[in-house]
Amino acid sequence: MALPRQSKYALAVLVLSHGMVLFAGFFSPYDPAVQNRELPFAPPVRIHFFDSQNRLHIRPFVYRLVASAASYAHYEEDRSRLYPLRFFVAGGRLLGVDNPAKIFLIGTDAYGRDQFSRFLYGGRISLLAGLCATAVSLGLGIILGAVAGFYGRWLDELIMRTAEIFLVLPSLYLLFAVRAVLPLHIAPSGVFLLLMAVIGAVGWARPARLIRGVILSAKERDFVLAARGFGASDLYLLRRHILPQASSVVLSQAAVLIPAYILAEVILSFFGLGVAEPSASWGNLLASLRQYNVLESYWWMLLPALALIPVFLAYNTVLSYYKCYSAGPARQTEFDKVL
Amino acid sequence: MPLNYLARRLLNSALLLFGASVLTFLLVDLAPGEFFDEMRVNPRISTSTIASLRSEYGLNLPMPVRYWRWLRSVAKGDGGFSFAYDSPAAPILWRRAQNTLLLTVPATLLAWLIAIPFGVWSAAKSARWPDALAAITISTLLAIPELILALLLLVFAVRTRLFPAGGAVSLDFSGMPLWSKSEDLARHLFLPVLCLAAGLLPLLLSHVRASMKEVLGSPFIGAAAAHGISQRRLLFRHALPAAANPLISLFGFSLGILLSSSLIVEGVFGWPGLGQLLIESILQRDFYLAVDAVVLAAGFLICGNLLADVLLYWADPRIRAT
Repeated sequence: MALPRQSKYALAVLVLSHGMVLFAGFFSPYDPAVQNRELPFAPPVRIHFFDSQNRLHIRPFVYRLVASAASYAHYEEDRSRLYPLRFFVAGGRLLGVDNPAKIFLIGTDAYGRDQFSRFLYGGRISLLAGLCATAVSLGLGIILGAVAGFYGRWLDELIMRTAEIFLVLPSLYLLFAVRAVLPLHIAPSGVFLLLMAVIGAVGWARPARLIRGVILSAKERDFVLAARGFGASDLYLLRRHILPQASSVVLSQAAVLIPAYILAEVILSFFGLGVAEPSASWGNLLASLRQYNVLESYWWMLLPALALIPVFLAYNTVLSYYKCYSAGPARQTEFDKVL
Repeated sequence: MPLNYLARRLLNSALLLFGASVLTFLLVDLAPGEFFDEMRVNPRISTSTIASLRSEYGLNLPMPVRYWRWLRSVAKGDGGFSFAYDSPAAPILWRRAQNTLLLTVPATLLAWLIAIPFGVWSAAKSARWPDALAAITISTLLAIPELILALLLLVFAVRTRLFPAGGAVSLDFSGMPLWSKSEDLARHLFLPVLCLAAGLLPLLLSHVRASMKEVLGSPFIGAAAAHGISQRRLLFRHALPAAANPLISLFGFSLGILLSSSLIVEGVFGWPGLGQLLIESILQRDFYLAVDAVVLAAGFLICGNLLADVLLYWADPRIRAT
């Protein structure tokens, strides 16, 4: 199947970003938790090709940063020695330079931790969060939607009225209210999955509604009635004949929910209610921007935020392509034209 | 029976609000810890003092009783009691809600005022450059989350010093004459409102565009054009009303989305609104204030949907007939 150009780019962005996050240990130059207390808020490293005598070096190099004595977090390059970039260095990392020089691709944070490494490692938590929460949401949505649609009557009434109540609360208000259920300070390791369960549980209502709608019509199809006539059990009918008909709804909901839940983690962590330090997550990285001095003086702290935009753009493009594709060939050409 | 439809919607809304309040109360009640936990750590406050405080505020009562007391307090217009502010919740809540409305109402207006002409225009010029421009606007704005947009705008404000960096008013606000007061407020409002409107715009624009395109493809538009009706009259008098129904429903829906994004924008710009109040009250375990903030937000959303229903009723004779 030939994909249109934009979807190819989008898929490439998604594969690249997820791959880099998955193999964060390889792509990141440093451990995300290692602090360099003498290098707080170091700017992104400059990669040079010409040395101070203007000679060209084939292998790019960096200079060592030295804190200037005059003021906090101001640095000068120590030009006395070159530190060439090395590839496939010890520790199984792609990129590195010899100590004491450092290669901070997008600068460091207040503790001198490498922002680039933290961005990659943080992506593990944030992307995993998106996936887990989506799985929880869709799992709940499928079960409740199927029960409501298939059995109908009072169960249907009960589940759908409850869904309506969940939908009437503005989503972020609901998220924060449910977040309040958990203790304020969650131990960073593992317990964040609980948080994901919360984010996922909050969003069950919309998928449940959509799936119920599909199942209402699916259970009246002739082949389903025929299978029932042959004595198929409810569970068999649901599993074999009815739920497969909801698969396209489930897939398109997944494409909607994954970026939304990645964002939910970012928002919760930004407000200090999500993943706690010292673990890195995308929301955590942005949290330092709540301080005005960081916003004003250290522009590179914004880079992680900007790096999120292509990821979301790619998710949206894939989603809109999928929507057009599943709606039939006419919409496919429309997608090609429009985007 | 014309009143039936509206009466039904009204009853439904009231039930929903009741359900939302029960759900919120349950959720916040499940939360571990309470406001007086910090006092327990303090050795200078005896356990009996805390126990008497708890019983004074009714915290030792079972959940349904506390819900009933909260409901009575809401009926009286107090909305429970804020431990952190040591006062009835309603006045605090009301001030914050006003601030949130001050953000969301102009943002809604701005977003719709851009979305309708732009959407209609791009639908009319289907498959030409205005259409492509609309598509690009939609996908770009859709990909930039409000949080990041707000941060970027804040950096812009901090760096250029063209706009104040957050807050609702300047420090010397109370001493200003009326004219500079409103100017000061407007300067503080500009960036948050812009951010909210930009967050809402892609949703509105894509719906206006899609629904207009659908109507413009139908035979009656061709017939009207064949009668020589001018393009503008055709678009705004004939096509737009026919395309309006899903947009009116979207209007109610957009209010809910706006409240959520307002929570983010308030947090970033330090705007003292309802969303910030919620975050504060969760952090302080200020039970009733948290419940009130969520229920009030739900109330705004329900009111928005109700307003959309009324508008739909007014705009569409088919609904009046049922």
